[in-house]
Amino acid sequence: MLDAAILGAVLASIVAAATILLLASLGELVAERAGTLNLGVEGMMIVGAAVGYATAYGSGSLILGTIAAVLAGAALSLVFAGLAIWLAANQVASGLATTILGLGIAGLIGSPFVGTRLDAAPALYIPGLSDLPLIGRVVFGQDAFVYLSLILLGVVAYGLARTRTGLVLRAVGESHVAAHALGHPVRKIRTLAVMFGGACAGLAGAQLSLSYTPFWASDMTAGRGWIALALVVFSAWKPMWLLAGAYLFGAVSILQLHVQGFGLGIPSQLLSALPYLATVGALVVISALKRGQGAPASLGVPFVPDR
Amino acid sequence: MSDSAAGASAKPSALLEAVELTKRFGALVANDHVSLAIRAGETHALLGENGAGKSTLVKMMCGLLQPDSGELLYDDAPIMFPDPATSRAKGVGVVFQHFALFDALTVVENVALGLAGHEPLSALAERIRDCTVRYGLAVEPYRRVGELSVGERQRVEIVRCLLGDPRVLILDEPTSVLTPDESENLFRTVDLLTDEGRAVLFISHKLDEVRRLCHRATVLRGGKFIAEVDPKVETSSSLARLMVGAEVPRTPREVTHELGTPRLLIKDLNLVGDGSRGSALHDINLEIRAGEIVGIAGVAGNGQTALFEALSGERPASDPESIVIDTVPAGGLGPTQRRALKAGFVPEERLGHAAAPDMRLSDNVLLTTHGDGEIVRAGVVRHSVLNARFAEIVKRFDVRFGGKDPKARRLSGGNLQKFVIGREVLREPVLLVVDQPTWGVDAAAAGFIRTTLRQKAAEGCAILVISQDLDELLEFTDRIAVMCEGHLTAPVPVGETSREAIGLAMGGSQGGDAGTGGAHGH
Amino acid sequence: MAIRLERQETVPPLGLIAAPLLALLFTLVVGAVMFVLLGHDPLRAFTIYFIEPLTDPWTLQELVVKACPLLLIGIGLSFCYRANRWNIGAEGQYVVGALFGSWLALATHGTDAGPWVLPAMLVLACIGGALWGLIPAFLRVRFGCSEILTSLMLVYVAQLGLDYLVRGPWKDPAGFNFPQSVTFDAVAVVPLLMEEGRMHAGILIALVAVAAATFVLGRTLIGYSIELGGSAPRAAAFAGFDERRVTYGVFAVSGALAGLAGIIEVAGPIGQMQPSISPGYGFTAIIAAMLGRLHPVGVLVASFVLALTYIGGEAAQISMRMPFDVTRVFQGTLLISILAADVLVRYRIRRVEGASHA
Repeated sequence: MLDAAILGAVLASIVAAATILLLASLGELVAERAGTLNLGVEGMMIVGAAVGYATAYGSGSLILGTIAAVLAGAALSLVFAGLAIWLAANQVASGLATTILGLGIAGLIGSPFVGTRLDAAPALYIPGLSDLPLIGRVVFGQDAFVYLSLILLGVVAYGLARTRTGLVLRAVGESHVAAHALGHPVRKIRTLAVMFGGACAGLAGAQLSLSYTPFWASDMTAGRGWIALALVVFSAWKPMWLLAGAYLFGAVSILQLHVQGFGLGIPSQLLSALPYLATVGALVVISALKRGQGAPASLGVPFVPDR
Repeated sequence: MSDSAAGASAKPSALLEAVELTKRFGALVANDHVSLAIRAGETHALLGENGAGKSTLVKMMCGLLQPDSGELLYDDAPIMFPDPATSRAKGVGVVFQHFALFDALTVVENVALGLAGHEPLSALAERIRDCTVRYGLAVEPYRRVGELSVGERQRVEIVRCLLGDPRVLILDEPTSVLTPDESENLFRTVDLLTDEGRAVLFISHKLDEVRRLCHRATVLRGGKFIAEVDPKVETSSSLARLMVGAEVPRTPREVTHELGTPRLLIKDLNLVGDGSRGSALHDINLEIRAGEIVGIAGVAGNGQTALFEALSGERPASDPESIVIDTVPAGGLGPTQRRALKAGFVPEERLGHAAAPDMRLSDNVLLTTHGDGEIVRAGVVRHSVLNARFAEIVKRFDVRFGGKDPKARRLSGGNLQKFVIGREVLREPVLLVVDQPTWGVDAAAAGFIRTTLRQKAAEGCAILVISQDLDELLEFTDRIAVMCEGHLTAPVPVGETSREAIGLAMGGSQGGDAGTGGAHGH
Repeated sequence: MAIRLERQETVPPLGLIAAPLLALLFTLVVGAVMFVLLGHDPLRAFTIYFIEPLTDPWTLQELVVKACPLLLIGIGLSFCYRANRWNIGAEGQYVVGALFGSWLALATHGTDAGPWVLPAMLVLACIGGALWGLIPAFLRVRFGCSEILTSLMLVYVAQLGLDYLVRGPWKDPAGFNFPQSVTFDAVAVVPLLMEEGRMHAGILIALVAVAAATFVLGRTLIGYSIELGGSAPRAAAFAGFDERRVTYGVFAVSGALAGLAGIIEVAGPIGQMQPSISPGYGFTAIIAAMLGRLHPVGVLVASFVLALTYIGGEAAQISMRMPFDVTRVFQGTLLISILAADVLVRYRIRRVEGASHA
């Protein structure tokens, strides 16, 4: 039987794994609500991980590393924005290009650091609360990334639904032609949304290399950027559903590790494949149920303003 | 029409004035030194054919486009509108033909997007309610725009403009999407607005309504200013001459030939709407015989597209017997099989439906001819035969374009439509279904297309024409049916119906059979 | 500041060739900057990267070896991308094809099976790759799932499947516990074309694929229906082409060709099954397809250009201790430049004064 301490540790690692997905998918959700499908999440995330690690290793400051990761993710997103928004190139191809470039750049930046280690980002300790049995560590013993992700989620959910900025952003994603006719700067808004997505992906990468697994390994994102993209579809473009999706996938990816540890005779590769199979399964279920409802109407359509 | 609104003062100065505006797109001069002055308290018509340059002029007057030369005067002072937000802030509101609306958002959100500032939505909803009461523009603030009818959507656009308290309101072809009843409603609103001293620019190519509603009219043709006239003293035909530049070509209609066997039989055709696109059809019945042209009138979005797709085979019917082409039950057949029965189809949308915009014209020939057996043999395209057919279409239907074989999107509307019609006609069909044959086509090409279709009918082809242009249907079809909310009235011979009767049926009024009006009308 | 794109009235025919060349040039400039940043003499780096491989007969053969899978996969992807179906999971279809083919090689290992083994392996690989490719096609047609995400997810699944087999049931019992299969028998190996070097008959199969694809795409109704479906889906439905059949068709073709590339690689240069059988060919082929403008002959040229980045990357890794990621940066930059150059050729970019809205 599991005792409470082990259970607490498992739950805490689920929260950490889910946070990476939540951060990345939250950023992508904003970009997609503005009408841009950025398949560059994986690339922006891993560049964030590499730059964050390199900066933190060099400066000794996790905060500086995190800031650098956020800036790097946003900077790489500008490559995508330049192609897909300002040159109106195909968004799928532009996103793929961003991911391929990102994987290469991250590899270059990270290669001197292979084999090194950092101290993981510390958990924030809240006297009293963090000592509560079982949920203490899960809820109140996480590092700053976890709380940041939840704050961001709240900000995005509120911002999209309740503020004028959110209204304009949604409008641009629904119909760039109409938004343009009303004088809203479609391409500027989309660029900012894509940059927000890049910053979030960079932040997710920082959590990965500074907290979740505090070392650098090439390809360490292992498809998490793609799963984040799938989560946006899964959420039907609603921020609060991202929370459910991210924690569900976080749970699948952690629990399969623990099942592997028990050695039940199931091939470990099959268990490792579970997050990917679950992603496909989730996409099937959500597509069968909703048939594309909730997707911004202009998603993926390049916008070329009138002459 | 209130005379006071026209302004009794002798020479009122202009509120908004375009002076010698010129706009070029590559080789095309869309506006060539065009001038136009709108005065406070007047309804000013901007008249012109499709392609005359009306939209370009409007876009320059509200900042969507920048003129290459010339200037705008506002209250007699030169002004620049770098973007629509600026013009809106200065009091120039525009309601475009293609609404700038967001289906997924509510009315109040849509309105908010058109206004500057951060007014709370609840306060804005109150203002919308006030405005709708004052100008007779019934619309509910918290409904989703995607659920609204076309007329309601237009009202949302107008309300959005009015909340900005504009001094000039520009309406771009506002009645083209309205039933006659809804149009009347709009005219009342326009009169209220001009009574308040606002100026309205009313863009149209419908002569009767311009003569009724407007105090002055500026006519454009081929991108040039032609005349400024008082529409009340002009006749419809004198206005038409100004607009078209010559006597309006009329299609000769003499039904001298005998009607033949039924080529198309629609029997209790039902289609379930599929939500996103494609409305439902209810119990459609129609018979078209060889040698006749039957027209279907109706306001856009009442099931015409669904009917077309049901006939073309893009949306097969569940009952094969519900569509019979030349005695063969065709309800369950796909487009290629229906073409094999010598049926031809011309959809409304030229780019993207009738033709692939980014493919060459010659490749677009293949789109509907690949099943005919000559051009494709054993799955292999015979390009020499294809090119010969392409050349024949171009020659016989006078399709004009630059280069040898351009992409479809580079052709003008009229030339592409001649190409699409020619492609079908050369297939020698016994049944031709044409959706909006002359929509957005210049007068010369439109005349040519109608004459061609008449001629085909005379040769024994059965033709179904779906059109929103009632004048066109009255001019060159033999019988007219009306489509409303997925229902089709029984067709009535053109001579036995009237514009009023059809108008009533288009609005879905009770007993709106196109024939009843004719009984006591004419 | 405002930038406006104006669609060119006519695209000069030269421009169609100029765009990829422009992209290459831009990539080289970016490469030079990268070399300098990495502290290398760009001239020397370029020589090692791009010139030396072309002067040595052995590396020229290697170039062909590397171009072969890129070419096969790239042709298949051209079918998909012309139809506007975004199969980005060719890497997985490559792996599954290799698994299907290898199964026969291992099943007949040590028996006196005749020369039918290799052809049968190739056919099996096509079937395996096609089946793996048909999964995202089915999910798209049946449920409306984005094929982009599902095809990519299946890459990871395929790789884990490969990993399981070579560490488990397929492991060579006499292999000192290394995760690899036995070496294939002679009848299960793709024959070499020359005595020296590694160039094998796979390239001939790839060239046949180029010819066949050129014919199908350019001359047949099938090719037309693919092009039309991708260019204007509604017009394709109006023309009477079944969108579902086109989706299944292009995924089957592209999966089969990727699977074929997989078995040719395993039964050719590698000679046995091992956990890693591709340096990302399935992804690099996406760039080959784009750079080749989705035309089989163009993909042929592009495959050799990209193969050169692999060979050059390996050379630079050895002689200059540069990380292999340089190659990925090159490839990513190349794809970005192609996309940008395409736009620059089709549109004229104009800076507009005064108009501040985008």
